[in-house]
Amino acid sequence: MTTITSAESASATRRGRAARRGDKPGSTRTPVKGSRSSTTTALLMLAPAGVLLITFLLVPIGLTFGLAFTNARLISPRPAEFIGVDNFVRLFEDDTFWASLRNTVIFAAIIVPVQSACALGLALLVNVKMRGVNFFRTIYFLPVVTSMVVVSMLWLFMYQKNGLINQVLLKFGIEGPDWLGDPKTALLAIILMSAWQAMGFHMVIWLSGLQTIPGDLYEAAELDGAGTWEKFRYVTWPGLRATRTFILITITISAFALFTQVNIMTQGGPLDSTSTVVLMAVRTGFQQQQTGYASAISLVFFVLVLAVTLVNRRLTRDKDA
Amino acid sequence: MSTATAPGLGADHLAHVADSTATTPRGTTDGRHGIRKPLALVGRLVLCLVFGLPLLFMFVSSFKPDLQIFGDLGSWKAFLPVGDVSLDNYTGVFGRVPFAQFMTNSVVITVVTVVLGVVVNSMAAFALARIKFRGSGLVLGLILATLIVPFETLALPLLWWVNKLPFLGPDGLTEGWLDTYQVQIIPFIANAFSIFLFYQYFDSIPKELDEAAKVDGAGWFRIYRSIVMPLSGPAIATVAILTFLPTWNQYLWPLMSVQSEELRPVMVGIDYFKQLNTSWGQIMAYASMITAPVLVLFIAFQRSFINSIASSGVKG
Repeated sequence: MTTITSAESASATRRGRAARRGDKPGSTRTPVKGSRSSTTTALLMLAPAGVLLITFLLVPIGLTFGLAFTNARLISPRPAEFIGVDNFVRLFEDDTFWASLRNTVIFAAIIVPVQSACALGLALLVNVKMRGVNFFRTIYFLPVVTSMVVVSMLWLFMYQKNGLINQVLLKFGIEGPDWLGDPKTALLAIILMSAWQAMGFHMVIWLSGLQTIPGDLYEAAELDGAGTWEKFRYVTWPGLRATRTFILITITISAFALFTQVNIMTQGGPLDSTSTVVLMAVRTGFQQQQTGYASAISLVFFVLVLAVTLVNRRLTRDKDA
Repeated sequence: MSTATAPGLGADHLAHVADSTATTPRGTTDGRHGIRKPLALVGRLVLCLVFGLPLLFMFVSSFKPDLQIFGDLGSWKAFLPVGDVSLDNYTGVFGRVPFAQFMTNSVVITVVTVVLGVVVNSMAAFALARIKFRGSGLVLGLILATLIVPFETLALPLLWWVNKLPFLGPDGLTEGWLDTYQVQIIPFIANAFSIFLFYQYFDSIPKELDEAAKVDGAGWFRIYRSIVMPLSGPAIATVAILTFLPTWNQYLWPLMSVQSEELRPVMVGIDYFKQLNTSWGQIMAYASMITAPVLVLFIAFQRSFINSIASSGVKG
């Protein structure tokens, strides 16, 4: 089918060109030799951000690695001592850690496909030129500008045994569970709420991806007799490749960082069924002041995020790049 | 054009995609998938309920006494301001927590973080995007590499670290940043993603402008302030919005780094309502009050909000 190849190669050329441009940012401008005074000015302008990034980003990254092997405490007169891998040994023997890790992974494994697919559906629904479409986009986007703290409180109320959600379900003859009180449904309830809150965000990102696909590709596909599904499969889907990578990575990272909802709604309960890695790090590092142990948890979390990001990149990487 | 020729059923949303991206103006009335269109509209309306009703419920309930909130749950009345409607919950909130203080704290923290963030990050991006100097590529690469580090992985070591930092303030040199304003502001001013967004934008502004300005005797800082920044409205708006939302919504960090009531931001304040005997009406009133400012800004600058979110995804 000619459209397929033309669609793919057209976008490939575009990407290729963009990539080439990206590789040599200076290629299109007349090169100005970096004079000494220019360099000084550049360094001066970089300095505020540089100092702040080093102090509050690079140093903490280094500290995560360093403190994980010590018995550092948040507030303590005694200096931290190196204790080798003790923190990790303790961590791997801790049942709460494995429960937290499992919950975090389940949360990510469910919310990543569900939320990205639903957001794509929303984007397709509102990617139309019609009167009032902005109204729909605005409404779908409202939860995004509502803070997770507010959303969590609101849903905590709605999830009650006799709360709004079960009352609505009752209208359809369904007896709803005690959403947050039952270990079997608590995590699911948090997943549903989180997807509801963030979906509009990714809808907008899908939308901007959809709008980079040139309309003539669809026309060409139609001339070749492509139906809805073929057009989606061979024009829309390949055209969204970069958007897809971005969305998968951002949803995954924010899924791993799950904290606010859990802290407000369940505090990890019932029976650790909603405990997460970050919640555990906050418990140990802040409430129990064991910074060393919390750093070990953070380090495991960091490695996890890194691994998933790299795998994600590899899986969704342009085949032609 | 595209819609009219779309074959078969189920072409609806794809046809729409094509329509809104097509370069030529379209004339799109067609009878082929006459059923699909109303179906999509019904879908859109149902989704409006799904996304809109919970928030409507929150606002409406904030005006009702607790007993009535529960009583109304079983009917549409839950979403309508009917019955015993009053501002009692709001006055109750003010009686229970120092709301004005929380609000002031949040506004100060957010405004300072946004303003300093725009200045500091745009300057850094300007240096990287428009001044040629050795190592600029390396610096940019390093900044981009930190983008995948989520704040949550650093929060606990950072907490330990800021507790050791000295600070030169009005009280002279003090040690430890816990329980201060600056601990809620300064760590969040420089932001790798903001630098990246500015960099992208600055890079797209023609460099000939710099040359012309230099011929006229302008220095780099002058070029930044008088030429590049005035041309960068959209980038400034994007960074401002993408800084504003998370700063206003911060929860984890102030929860850990601030203990004093008079320094707390609004998001942490909501915890007060969970501890003592819960009044859901008051919680809804509190939630409404801390959501309203953001909603007003969002409605007022809708296009900028949506564009800034959209441009945050272009990095691929």
